[in-house]
Amino acid sequence: MSNKNTAQIAIRVENLGKSFKIGAAVSTQAASKYVSGYRTLRDDLADGLRRFRSGFSKDRQAEQAASTQFWALRGVSFDIQRGQVVGIVGRNGAGKSTLLKILSRVSDPTEGRAEIHGRVGALLEVGTGFHPELTGRENVFLNGAILGMRRTEIQRKFDEIVEFAEVAQFVDTPVKRYSSGMYLRLAFAVAAHLEPEILVVDEVLAVGDAEFQRKCIGKMSDVAQQGRTVLFVSHNMSAILRLTEETIVLERGKLAFRAPTNQAVDYYMSSGMAETADRKWLPEEIPASAAPFTPLALRVRDPHGLVVDSFRSLDPIQVEFEYRLDEPLTGLRTGIYLQTRMGEFVFTSFDTDSPEAFDKFSTRPAGIYRSHCTIPANLLNEGSFVLGVNASVYRIKRYFEDDKALSFNVDATGAPGKHWVEKRLGPLRPALDWQIERLD
Amino acid sequence: MNVSSPTSSQKPDSPEKTAAAASQANTITVLRPQHGLAALNLGDLWKYRELIYFMTLRDIQVRYKQTLLGAAWAVLQPVLQMVVFSMLFGGIAKISSDGLPYPLFNFAALLPWGLFSRAISDAGRSLVSNRNMITKIYFPRAVIPLASVLSGLVDFLIAFVVLACLLVYYHFMPGSNFKFVFSPALLALPLLLLLTLVTAMGVSLWFAAMNVIYRDVGYILPFITQLWFFITPVVYSSSEVTGNLRLLYMLNPMTGVVEGFRWALLGTAFSAGNWLIVSVVISVLVLASGWVYFRQMERRFADEI
Repeated sequence: MSNKNTAQIAIRVENLGKSFKIGAAVSTQAASKYVSGYRTLRDDLADGLRRFRSGFSKDRQAEQAASTQFWALRGVSFDIQRGQVVGIVGRNGAGKSTLLKILSRVSDPTEGRAEIHGRVGALLEVGTGFHPELTGRENVFLNGAILGMRRTEIQRKFDEIVEFAEVAQFVDTPVKRYSSGMYLRLAFAVAAHLEPEILVVDEVLAVGDAEFQRKCIGKMSDVAQQGRTVLFVSHNMSAILRLTEETIVLERGKLAFRAPTNQAVDYYMSSGMAETADRKWLPEEIPASAAPFTPLALRVRDPHGLVVDSFRSLDPIQVEFEYRLDEPLTGLRTGIYLQTRMGEFVFTSFDTDSPEAFDKFSTRPAGIYRSHCTIPANLLNEGSFVLGVNASVYRIKRYFEDDKALSFNVDATGAPGKHWVEKRLGPLRPALDWQIERLD
Repeated sequence: MNVSSPTSSQKPDSPEKTAAAASQANTITVLRPQHGLAALNLGDLWKYRELIYFMTLRDIQVRYKQTLLGAAWAVLQPVLQMVVFSMLFGGIAKISSDGLPYPLFNFAALLPWGLFSRAISDAGRSLVSNRNMITKIYFPRAVIPLASVLSGLVDFLIAFVVLACLLVYYHFMPGSNFKFVFSPALLALPLLLLLTLVTAMGVSLWFAAMNVIYRDVGYILPFITQLWFFITPVVYSSSEVTGNLRLLYMLNPMTGVVEGFRWALLGTAFSAGNWLIVSVVISVLVLASGWVYFRQMERRFADEI
């Protein structure tokens, strides 16, 4: 590689890998009230004893090590040129966050190497280090310092930050009195005024209302246009499409695909078609934070009750989501997202949307459940759709989310207007009850 | 992590490119698996000195928020302790206070002891209580326990003012056997304070790092603090400790510090004075080993916290 090319590279990743001990991961996932994720001295003493009993046999140790290791990321290599805006997409557990954590120096790789040319600003969360008791002003300085800004730099940009966040009159109020919108705006504003050569952003846009998200995307595209390198992870395909030129798709810890964004998004949204129609989750796809919720299966059935992955537009689609609760949960709602293959959301619906269901299932005891519903006939246009699931307690906790759990095709044969062969725009093709009256 | 800056591998071929390259890529950070002993990396801590300042400020600002009495606690805590100890040990148990009024004798020791015990119990838990920062952003992790230790200085200074009042009170109280003298020994106070901070920081680094991996530390810490309290001459005089035990006793750096505070402020004999160099060596060793251990564990923090 010539010197000239070296100078233009912003990030070079070579054969990067990160592994975790499964023992630790399993104990976090089983996390009952008493088994917490961290180790105690007792665990280590017990392990030591076990190792002692097994006679320190080298083979056995190596074997054990191999079987208890889980690679969250392995063999990933790529280069990112200076000024490129690159998206990273992947399912839960594909290694996106692990990759970002390594690139932002939060955690060390287990193998391989990465080279970062320039100052990195990492935004893995908005408002890191914000303290509820401190005022907006104090938090701006603290958060700025955490993000690596100099005090003089923060002072210089202070008015701009406050103006962007629209909190000018509350700047000396403790942030615990802020509305959640104000809090997020202020937190994002600090981060947005960071001026690193390389910006690494994770899912920050997943929070806040639509207005706030628009503002964030606007700011991000400003940053991108200033010629800085941006690495952007998101589940929001429309944001990825809008902001990035190129996208990397991660699958189970490996780089699966890298291409101009629209191709990559297409690949990502349609990948895994084979396992569609009846989706189950592998243990490593279920984050530890999901406990006590465990997703079991998501299925789509045709009117005959068969699990299929193609439907006719004029047939209803039965959706069923099965899951297990290891502990009773109050306020739980499970639901589905429907997206098009380009990542546009079609709708979101929860099993406790109706007031009756909301009251009846205010607390769900531990057990195995199936929430099911029907997507009405004559609603969807032809094309591929992606179904996601979500299990959460409103404003408290999101237990599990996979916004790309399965995909299915809709065939418009026999749908309204099918006597014209043209493709209809939009994800929906509802049968509306048109009336034609003659008025003269 | 190895940060080399500016990089030597870059040799731009024309002067125009030099400027451009310097502005966009003057540092190259290489991320790779870390094996063996971690680099000490003190420079990184210096680069983040402003963060140390803001974190310390935060810990100070937050400390007495949402309390009824607010910063008055900084005065009340040591004063109440002193009152209780004076009644128990001075009044009932009649423990020797080297001929000084017991409250004064006790309070002069409570100053450095309070700073120390507070520091190790706060800093020992500090990493775990700031876990969201550790898993989300890079900065030298030692900033967190360091800020915890430093934030105790404000309480120390407030308590020092209280001590000054006590000194004045006993100096002028009729019939008091205590007379305050300005002696050059007072100049040793900042050094003794530094010794306290160094010891506290060393112990904190050990405990804070261990607490990330083994939460047992959170349960052991109060016992250790209590035990340490009793092997430090806070409520009694170190002249009570004699014989072979004394040698072992002097290995505790806080013994030297507490004795030194009484010596500088109250004019007592500094029997531990000869041993102070041992105290210094021990606390520097604790700090150095704590730093090495902390750096060694630091790479695991984000994954295991």
